[in-house]
Amino acid sequence: MTKRGASAMALWLILMMLAALVVVRARYITDLSAFLPAHPTEQQQLLVDQLRDGPVSRLILISIEGGDAAGRARASAAMAASLQSAPEFDSIDNGQPSIAQRDREFLFQHRYVMSNAVDPQRFSAPGLGAAMRETLDDLASPAGLWLKSLLPRDPTGEMLQIVDRLQRVPGPMTIDDAWSSRDGQRALLVATTRAAGSDTDGQQRAINAIQAAFELARQRETGTAAAALQLGMTGPGVFAVRARSHIVQAAVRLSIVSSSLIVVMLLMVYRSAAAVFLGLLPVASGALAGVAAVALGFGAVHAITLGFGITLIGESVDYSIYYFVQAHRSDLPLQGFSDWRRNYWPTVRLGMLTSVCGFATLLASGFPGLAQLGAYSISGLIAAALVTRFVLPQVVPPGLSIRNVAPAGLAIARVLRRIPYPQLLAAVALGGSALVLYLHRDTLWTRELSALSPISASDQAYDARLRADLGAADVRDLIVVSGADLQSVLQGAEQAGATLDRLVESDTIAGFDSPANILPSLATQEKRRRSLPDSAELRSRLARASADLPIHSERLTPFLEDVAAARDSAPITAADLDGTSLKVAFGALILHEGPRWTALLPLHPVGGAAPQEIDVAALREALRRDHCDSATVLDLKQQSNDLYAGYLSEAIRLSLGGFAAIVLLLAVALRSPLRVARVLAPLIIAVSCAAALLVAAGQQLTILHLVGLLLIVAVGSNYALFFDRAQTGAERAQAGLDPLTIAALAIANLATVIGFGLLSFSQVPVLEALGTSVAPGAFFALIFSALLASRGSRA
Amino acid sequence: MRAICCICALTLLYASARGQSGDFDRLMELLAAHKHGRSEFIEQQFLSLLKRPLESRGELIYDAPDRLEKRTVEPRVESLTIDGDQIVVQRGRHRHELNLRDYPPIAPFVASIRATLAGDRAGLERVFRVEFGGTLARWTLELVPLDAALAKSVERIEIDGARDNLLHIEIRQTDGDRSLMTLRNATAP
Repeated sequence: MTKRGASAMALWLILMMLAALVVVRARYITDLSAFLPAHPTEQQQLLVDQLRDGPVSRLILISIEGGDAAGRARASAAMAASLQSAPEFDSIDNGQPSIAQRDREFLFQHRYVMSNAVDPQRFSAPGLGAAMRETLDDLASPAGLWLKSLLPRDPTGEMLQIVDRLQRVPGPMTIDDAWSSRDGQRALLVATTRAAGSDTDGQQRAINAIQAAFELARQRETGTAAAALQLGMTGPGVFAVRARSHIVQAAVRLSIVSSSLIVVMLLMVYRSAAAVFLGLLPVASGALAGVAAVALGFGAVHAITLGFGITLIGESVDYSIYYFVQAHRSDLPLQGFSDWRRNYWPTVRLGMLTSVCGFATLLASGFPGLAQLGAYSISGLIAAALVTRFVLPQVVPPGLSIRNVAPAGLAIARVLRRIPYPQLLAAVALGGSALVLYLHRDTLWTRELSALSPISASDQAYDARLRADLGAADVRDLIVVSGADLQSVLQGAEQAGATLDRLVESDTIAGFDSPANILPSLATQEKRRRSLPDSAELRSRLARASADLPIHSERLTPFLEDVAAARDSAPITAADLDGTSLKVAFGALILHEGPRWTALLPLHPVGGAAPQEIDVAALREALRRDHCDSATVLDLKQQSNDLYAGYLSEAIRLSLGGFAAIVLLLAVALRSPLRVARVLAPLIIAVSCAAALLVAAGQQLTILHLVGLLLIVAVGSNYALFFDRAQTGAERAQAGLDPLTIAALAIANLATVIGFGLLSFSQVPVLEALGTSVAPGAFFALIFSALLASRGSRA
Repeated sequence: MRAICCICALTLLYASARGQSGDFDRLMELLAAHKHGRSEFIEQQFLSLLKRPLESRGELIYDAPDRLEKRTVEPRVESLTIDGDQIVVQRGRHRHELNLRDYPPIAPFVASIRATLAGDRAGLERVFRVEFGGTLARWTLELVPLDAALAKSVERIEIDGARDNLLHIEIRQTDGDRSLMTLRNATAP
């Protein structure tokens, strides 16, 4: 070993150990942050807050299936009881009537500060008369029997005002005092975790606690029905936890399977276990360097980036394949290495630099997932190439030789030569695929952020079903009121609420929720309290008001007592909501982060089960007219789709920039426009064909397909460069590419197709998108490189 | 002789009781045969709080097995739909979905009418002690709640009718208030 070689080895070992240390200590995240903008606008920040830490992100929907209804209800009650005191949860609700009872008691007790209708006019003699007449009409209504018991204490019907206004989402149905799906087949619970949705570890602990509570509840059940009980969970946190384990599992499993397949294939080709093992060194080094670079550069590694790790196998294993086939050929065991370094390394190096150029532009992306991918690929590829160049020659025994693969190369070359009109074939492929893409030009790219979701379609469907069961539909539009303290956002919410009330009247929206409906601002409470006359005054007004009503006013003494009590009572605060489900409802509508308070007012679209889109422009205009300055309209779906559309157009721009950088690099390195064109032509055809294939199969392209297309250029540029090198006069020893190189390219291509082909079968949409674009694309790249070169060799 | 008289009387009593029970079953069969029913109603509520009874009128619609809709037309257009356990109250533009279990005062009304209309004797007897009187041609059902919570607010419910026509439903509450619903069949089923 030379001195230089020894220092290369030492440097490699030290760097790898450092990288391993970084990788072990790195923070791995699976929440949505990879998809959230690095530098959000104010509106985007609201969206980010919602997705990451919003109350909705802390919801876990739980279902118990199987067994019989009574058993499910008992298990539900047992789980609710044991989770109630668990430190992982803020609340747990399974529909016990006691909670609804407490809610009603709270609302009734505080009805005079909570009812929107309370003002001085309502408590004047004519106002009292009108309110009581209304109540008498209500009494004759179907709900009359229920109202009757309230009448002596609430003749003005404030309770009904509150209930009308709270517009609580219709709750799920109840079987044996436990929430149930409408078909009665599932018992349902809703848990609110203490940990934020973005705290995946905290969510994991909450999920574990739910599982433990379920097991405990099941053990208490006896008989065969108990064994049939099954637990199901969904929600943002559950998704995050599942995505983390799924992506990591899928990445690990697919890496193992594809590595094994590649190892088997290489064993068959090389007939040398040592060569196969050593050939994986650049791959492993590249992966380690990639993860370490991301961890150092971004502070945390997203699980999806880890998933991309597999993709590196595809390209970096090529480097060692070229090395072994060229440098350790059995016919020239001794001069192989210098031959490789002189003839092949420059081409491999140029191929590597081409890939790096392609990925470098991604670093500038505002989409953190894409930027991480860029950093990962660049550092991984550079590391793999350097290890191939400087470390492999040191560790491979000089005498090691692999089977002579030249005969295979010759056979492939013969087949390729027999293909008629190769140039025409390539032109037809380009024209045909371009036509397919042109015909689908309007629907080429998907516009929805959900396309990037790491959640499988079946999980999404299950989530939608539980939400429908619970009546907890996804909110699309909301009004956001921000301020410096709780009182100011509550007042802002009340002001916006007045505007929204008018929009309800005009059928622009069906209704809305507001934290101020649950806890009015102190100012409003005080105003309402001041509207209440003292006992003597109220008594005389009541007597006047009920003179021509069929009501015995002397029976309304409880009303006088309650109003007197309300006048003297202390204002209600958030703490008074404890023990009621209103606390959770209130918490869901108020966010508090640092010095910033936010009230959320989710809007209900008109149209019920088939909701119509809310006219956001009219909403904004109405709020502006009423000077609700602290209120903004947030269209979550539009906002997230805009975000994604922004990523997409940015990614397309960056990819084109990367392509330009590649052209520039090739122009400098090859110093010949003809050679640049010769290298690029097969890559363009391959990318076009791969994209057309996806589109023709009905797939709308996402950012990840774009990344896949970029990978095709990265991998394919090696093939094209080798064919180009063979066509340049100086190094041309014989007609066309030498058989050995053809064999090396075929083996490398097979490895790539195996690696990415396996990804196509992944359940993780992200990985599947990469697989289905790169596997065929890499194959096309090799074929068209060969076909176009074949034309050159004949000329 | 006295013994014979006693036996005769007992036999008679026994026979009449059997006849009653048979009529009750036949009534239930008749009612169960109807899958759909529609009646106009006038309801009067006699409340001690009020100087005169409250009156409302509207329509009662029944679909087997457990959907009951009470459409009030006067004094205000409103509807109450009970489907299984779900209650939907539509008041003007407000629509409330409630759960039957959460509203004990509505439960007896629903259980009594719905089970009667469905001809569900077992269902009736699960909730009430049922006493059938009269004949099939002109019958009365007296329902006394079995459940203690229910018995706290409802003393008894009396339903009377002729064959498969319900004529009156009277709910007597423990506080002396009562409501009387008079039905008139709108459509011959």
